[in-house]
Amino acid sequence: MKKGHNMLKLNSLTSFAASLMAIAAGLIFGLIILLLSNAQDAIPAFLTILTGGLSEGARGIGQVIYYATPIIMTGLSVGFAFKTGLFNIGASGQFTCGAFAAIYIGIKWTFIPPELHWIVALLGALVAGAVWGAGPGLLKAFFNVNEVITSIMMNYIGMYLVNMTIVKTVYDSLKNQTKMVAKSAVLPKAGLDKIFNTNNLNIGIIIAVLAVIIIYIILQKTTFGYELKACGINKSASRYAGINEKKSIILSMVIAGALAGLGGGLLYLSGSGKYLQVLDVLAPEGFSGISVALLGMSHPIGILFAGLFIAHLTVGGFNIQLYNFVPEVIDMIISVIIYCGAFALLFKQIINKAFTRTADERESEVDSVITQPETDDLEGQNNDGELIEKTDNEEAL
Amino acid sequence: MDTVYFVAQQTMYFAIPLLIVALGGMFSERSGTINIALEGIMVVGAFAGISFINFFQSSMSGQGLLILAILTAGVSGGIFSLFHAFASIKLKADQTISGTALNMFAPAFAIFVARMVQGVQQVQFKDTFYIRSVPVLGNIPVIGPILFQNSYITTYICLGIALLSWAVINHTRFGLRLRACGEHPQAADSVGINVYRIRYAGVLISGVLAGIGGLTFVVPTSTNFNATVAGYGFLALAVLIFGQWRTKKIFFAAFFFGIMKTFASAYSGIPMLKALPISNEIYKMIPYIATLVVLTFSSKNSQAPKAEGIPYDKGSR
Repeated sequence: MKKGHNMLKLNSLTSFAASLMAIAAGLIFGLIILLLSNAQDAIPAFLTILTGGLSEGARGIGQVIYYATPIIMTGLSVGFAFKTGLFNIGASGQFTCGAFAAIYIGIKWTFIPPELHWIVALLGALVAGAVWGAGPGLLKAFFNVNEVITSIMMNYIGMYLVNMTIVKTVYDSLKNQTKMVAKSAVLPKAGLDKIFNTNNLNIGIIIAVLAVIIIYIILQKTTFGYELKACGINKSASRYAGINEKKSIILSMVIAGALAGLGGGLLYLSGSGKYLQVLDVLAPEGFSGISVALLGMSHPIGILFAGLFIAHLTVGGFNIQLYNFVPEVIDMIISVIIYCGAFALLFKQIINKAFTRTADERESEVDSVITQPETDDLEGQNNDGELIEKTDNEEAL
Repeated sequence: MDTVYFVAQQTMYFAIPLLIVALGGMFSERSGTINIALEGIMVVGAFAGISFINFFQSSMSGQGLLILAILTAGVSGGIFSLFHAFASIKLKADQTISGTALNMFAPAFAIFVARMVQGVQQVQFKDTFYIRSVPVLGNIPVIGPILFQNSYITTYICLGIALLSWAVINHTRFGLRLRACGEHPQAADSVGINVYRIRYAGVLISGVLAGIGGLTFVVPTSTNFNATVAGYGFLALAVLIFGQWRTKKIFFAAFFFGIMKTFASAYSGIPMLKALPISNEIYKMIPYIATLVVLTFSSKNSQAPKAEGIPYDKGSR
């Protein structure tokens, strides 16, 4: 019993260590790239990346939180779908639709009482995202259409549709973007702007954290979440166990879409001078969400920290332009981290082997007289096998 | 009739890159490895090819230069795809994750290198490759204007590769082995086929074709490369699934999408469509909506390779 408990602890520890190793690999790669391109400024630029938002005190931290808020939401969207066995590459379209709904309500629905205006606008964003997520869910459930493809298509359709609707409804033709939303639709600051000394900050981050907690509870503590995860692991077995897999697929895409849509609302109602532009470009936040979800291993809490971490690097990326480096260095670092994160299993095996070996050595020291070296080896192998199996399961869940 | 020729010529510019990249994806997926990194590989191929042109265009020009650039694009795409192969075959990593990482890496890398080398991220090139009319063939009535006028040599090379791909996958021993590895790798292994090696080959071929596809996309449609292929890698993925992982169907799927895309981008050059009171965003949406509709009716019996996406473990046989 005690041994099993230790192993679980060791297991989560090795997962964490594996992530740290991936991050270290990404940063080392970044350093090498910087050194190769401009050795003189490489070290100060690298330190700038590492310090990220921390170099500017509270204001910097505020900036990090501002950048993190929407990508935590898209990350949560992608991560939630991952947990249920779906790859939501369509967070970008859902995000855009959410953003548009929020802006539209923020500009046009001024008949709503001012205290409620921003809440309604956010709800609008949530619903618009949910509707956009429902499409791929329905097609997957009833027509067996691959959700990767449908969500890519929905990204483009959403982008063009939003562009078209902006021009017809809330268009500022001089700047080729949306008009300004009413003051009452801007999210309340709740004093956060004063604490962090930046105008960009508002209760958006609190809503994002709440979303993280809610998703965590749904996935870990409810039957509904269990059913969704079960469908993700084995569809046929879930059907056999009486779970309605069609319903699960649709609902998980709807929830994923709602999360991404809400993220769009949070960003464009922040009153930070950000407008939805009429360009034929997919919203990059959707794709950042994939990175965030992967880095956070699709775990809600992990996603929260991954979002903050990527935002931290992004702020550092802006600052390295002082040394004439392009901010794309950050994208390269993040992609290397994700690539190495794909090796997590390998890292875990290495770490586990190292750990179990030392444990075995200790054991064999204690009862060296009784235990034969051969059985010792066997036990080591068993431990390995069990651990690997467990990590597999955990990842799948 | 001029309109028909115009549409046909435009369609080539859109359909050919999709065709070649989707066929690349087919080689990878039929061998059992999902390759979502097609977009990133296209960017790398286009970047390498266009950079090659940019570098050598003062000393050479015309078709010779383009053919060398195609080779450069293919080789660099192939090398880049090996990262995906290594992660997903050797290390049994999650193939979606590895592919996503490559998709993210490629444009960042292209922008970074371009900015470091030449100061700006756009790589310019002079288009000395445009063929107004292929000698002799261009004069054939009907077929000439459709296939052999206003074109690029990449079109014929890619059509050749498509024909070759069809022959390789359906009528060679290698093709049979590749398909076996994607359907039932254990069975393939039991008769002495090296599943890992075949899968490496599949991913490598996909990289070469996607790299060429990247260049093929950029050359006719632009005169500078700005680290993007406008989502064509993802669209190629759609064409692959739409084409049910089969060469002939992929061919038709690519042209279906190409024609839709042509209507979207060139409708103002088609008098009949220009007269209609439809906003241009609607036209832009048409290819994507059409794909959704067609997929809805054709996906019930998906012919996806059965072992696709599952890392092969010799020990689990």
